[in-house]
Amino acid sequence: MPMVNLSIIILVLPLISFVFQMFFGRRLEGKKGEWISISLVLVTLLLAIIMFANMLFDYQPDFRQEAQFTWLNLGSFQLEMGILVDNITIIMLLVVAIISGLVHIYSVEYMKDDVRYSRYFGFLGIFTFSMYGITIANNLFMIYCFWELVGLSSYLLIGHWWEKKSAADAGKKAFIVNRIGDIGMFMGLMIVATVAGTFNYELLFERIGNGAWAAGVGGLFGGVDPNTLLTWAGVLIFMGAIGKSAQFPLHVWLPDAMEGPTPVSALIHAATMVAAGVYLTVRIFPMLTPNAMSFIALIGGFTAFFAATIAITQNDIKKVLAYSTVSQLGYMIMALGTGAYVAGFFHLVTHAMFKGLLFLASGSVIHMMHHSLHKLGDHETDAQDMRNMGGLRTKMPITYTVFLIASLSISGIPLFSGFLSKDAILAGTWAYAAHIHDGWLAQAHLGWLLPFFGFSAALITAFYMFRLMFMTFHGEPKNKAIFDNMHEAPRLITVPIMVLGALSTWIFFSLPSFNPLGGEGWFHHLVQQAKSVVPTGAFDAETFAHGLHAAHYPAMYTSLIVAGLGIGLAVLIYLLREIDPEKIAIRLGVLYRGSLNKWYMDEIYLHGIIRPFLKGCGAVATFDMEIYDHYVIDGVGRRVKSLATGTGVADDLVVDGAVNLFGIIFQWLGWTLKFVQTGKIQNYLIYVLIGVLMVYLINVF
Amino acid sequence: MGEVIFWVIWALVAVSAMVVAFSKNLVYSVFSLLATFIGVAGIYIFLNADFLAVTQIVIYVGGILVLLVFGIMLTNRIVVAKITQSSLQRTTGLVVVGAIFLVLVLTLLNQTWPLATSAAEFDSTVNNIGELLFGDYLILFEVASVLLLGALIGAATLARKEL
Amino acid sequence: MHALSSYLILSALLFSLGLYTVITRKNAVAILMGIELILNAANVNFIAFSKFVTHHVEGHLMAVFIIMLAAAEAAVALAIILNLYNDHGNINVDEANALKR
Repeated sequence: MPMVNLSIIILVLPLISFVFQMFFGRRLEGKKGEWISISLVLVTLLLAIIMFANMLFDYQPDFRQEAQFTWLNLGSFQLEMGILVDNITIIMLLVVAIISGLVHIYSVEYMKDDVRYSRYFGFLGIFTFSMYGITIANNLFMIYCFWELVGLSSYLLIGHWWEKKSAADAGKKAFIVNRIGDIGMFMGLMIVATVAGTFNYELLFERIGNGAWAAGVGGLFGGVDPNTLLTWAGVLIFMGAIGKSAQFPLHVWLPDAMEGPTPVSALIHAATMVAAGVYLTVRIFPMLTPNAMSFIALIGGFTAFFAATIAITQNDIKKVLAYSTVSQLGYMIMALGTGAYVAGFFHLVTHAMFKGLLFLASGSVIHMMHHSLHKLGDHETDAQDMRNMGGLRTKMPITYTVFLIASLSISGIPLFSGFLSKDAILAGTWAYAAHIHDGWLAQAHLGWLLPFFGFSAALITAFYMFRLMFMTFHGEPKNKAIFDNMHEAPRLITVPIMVLGALSTWIFFSLPSFNPLGGEGWFHHLVQQAKSVVPTGAFDAETFAHGLHAAHYPAMYTSLIVAGLGIGLAVLIYLLREIDPEKIAIRLGVLYRGSLNKWYMDEIYLHGIIRPFLKGCGAVATFDMEIYDHYVIDGVGRRVKSLATGTGVADDLVVDGAVNLFGIIFQWLGWTLKFVQTGKIQNYLIYVLIGVLMVYLINVF
Repeated sequence: MGEVIFWVIWALVAVSAMVVAFSKNLVYSVFSLLATFIGVAGIYIFLNADFLAVTQIVIYVGGILVLLVFGIMLTNRIVVAKITQSSLQRTTGLVVVGAIFLVLVLTLLNQTWPLATSAAEFDSTVNNIGELLFGDYLILFEVASVLLLGALIGAATLARKEL
Repeated sequence: MHALSSYLILSALLFSLGLYTVITRKNAVAILMGIELILNAANVNFIAFSKFVTHHVEGHLMAVFIIMLAAAEAAVALAIILNLYNDHGNINVDEANALKR
């Protein structure tokens, strides 16, 4: 069977799950109705594995299948729906299917006794459906449709516990902030549609490459340099990724989205949906000009560094992971911006595994904390606050082990998957800084900013991950009562995290090579750097590849040193307690408070944008109510009213008079003629006969 | 002789019809209607319409008239043989109908009719009527049967007490 | 022998008397009798013309259909009259004026 057909089945099954849970789920609650959804998703996982195995057996880097149909015919412009299956699609499908399947299973235990249990599974279904849609879309328009659908399902799932005001607010925030990015993406799509006349990736790239793009510039964009316009199109479409992948400055929604259930955070806000922005950037990579790439790289690099600095001081276990996610997404974006295409996508895949694992494992801790608190009748203590944990490694050995694996992986330690991808990204930034001179970032001699961001973020990442580890699993229990009631999570939780733990090791990504230091393996063979189609001044992929080769070892050593430094610092401060963190915090002062308060981003938005905006709205409303309504609308109203009174009098006397006159005439006629209407048929017959006689007489005389 | 009989029948029809129209006693009216029908049948014979004469007697006298008598019997509490009936707008009616009669008579007397040249008598009309009924007029005949069936069902339905 | 006009005058007389009956009678059965008179007048006309003018039996045929019509009409009319009687206790048509009220 062609891969396209398989992918269509994969797409549809979660939708069936959604419809089923929406209509029948309620009735099957407590009767294992959720297993229908789970088995549907597991079937998609099976199909994805089949596609993946097919890909491995084929082993063709340029494997590609496409199918499409015209969805809407607008005469000269046709909207098409279509499916593109290539190696990237297959890998992405597999990632989504694995995480979604494991999260489905995990949720059975985690969401047990939830008030909207079946709805939760339905929403997971529609999310999975839309994520598959993004993955298999062959054009920008279709990706945009599914893009909005994942936004919707994200909103629904963040606000799953909408009785809690913070959860409802977080859902709204996520939705609105995402819209800001999507407006940019929409404008980018419109530029593409008007200039290139197609949304299809392949056609679009072909038209950019063969000059049709330059020829298409005109009308609204008349006089604009085609290359500049291409840069704008790329940056605007990338704005969608800024929103969805929570890049600076639109990253504010993701930490708040942690109000949703933890499995949702793992599935949507760590592994898959937020990676959709990266996936989109991967898809549009060939059309990015060096300038657009500079912008992307800078956004990504800054986000990676910026979010990491916030993560250091957070005490909520999920908040730390959320900022870590933002930071790691920044890595991927930065990689794509520097041209390290394969590394960026690679990091997406490995990150999906270990970050999904981190969230699910933290969910396991939180779940057991809840149980423990529930048993103690304690509803005050925050189950997610690391300051209430400590020493849990003896109580939860499995969770501890997999958490350790994921932490090592994200810190970039050899033998774990994170090392392979992170190292490639860092090498990419190094090569970019050293060898690339295209794009404004390099021309402004700011290229070395990217490695700086990358390596410092790596240092901070290693530090805060082990801070998290030590605060949660090592040291003395902070609260003896809670600690005594903790135990290992049930099997429905531990099995999925063990699977992900296994998938966070290097071996799955480097086969057939066993070298833990990377650079080899099926991934690098099957995913090849997409060729830039930008007609003039394209990104110099060849120089970059050479630079990448040269930078491989220096970058690796540096990153190892940096990670070791980070871990060492964490050990000193939080495990051995040689250095008191309080003192450092006091010493750092402003920096500490800034980090703890997320660099006041929310406050800046509140006071800088939202409040002034609301004030402006208020002023406009006041103007509208007090001045416009009072003088213009009501003034016109008064004039019209007096005019109407005049015409009313005329109407009463003249028009109504005429009407009434006719009325009176006919009333009189009716009154007279009613005596003819006796209701006796024989009288009528007489009238008829008289009429006949009269006709006769008229005829004769 | 024929002449005399014709005029006697003519007068019978005219007089009995008048009794139908003017009698105060409903029973008299009905019975003079009987006389009128029979007289009209006689007139048919003078017009060589033997089949119709028989039909007139069978259907009108045997059917319709009996129906009418039933109608009277069923709708009056009969105490005596005399069932009075009242009338209305007598004078107006008389004037108008008289005028119409006058107009009719004047018209048909002033008219020259295109009389048929051959004065041959009909032998028997039954054959001809039969051929026409099952030939040219077959559809009309069938429709008439449906009409009769409809009237039958309709009358039966309407006359039911619990309607 | 007898002129056409003698039949036609008889027919006109029957028609006028029938009309008078229909107009003046209150009793529904009497009105029905008037209608029968009118139908007979028509029949006489048809047959007279078929003998004197067309010299063809088609006129007879028409009369046959009229007789049939009269029979059907009498049956239905009597059914209606019976209903009227059930409702009003009499069959005076001038009292059946529910539509006027």
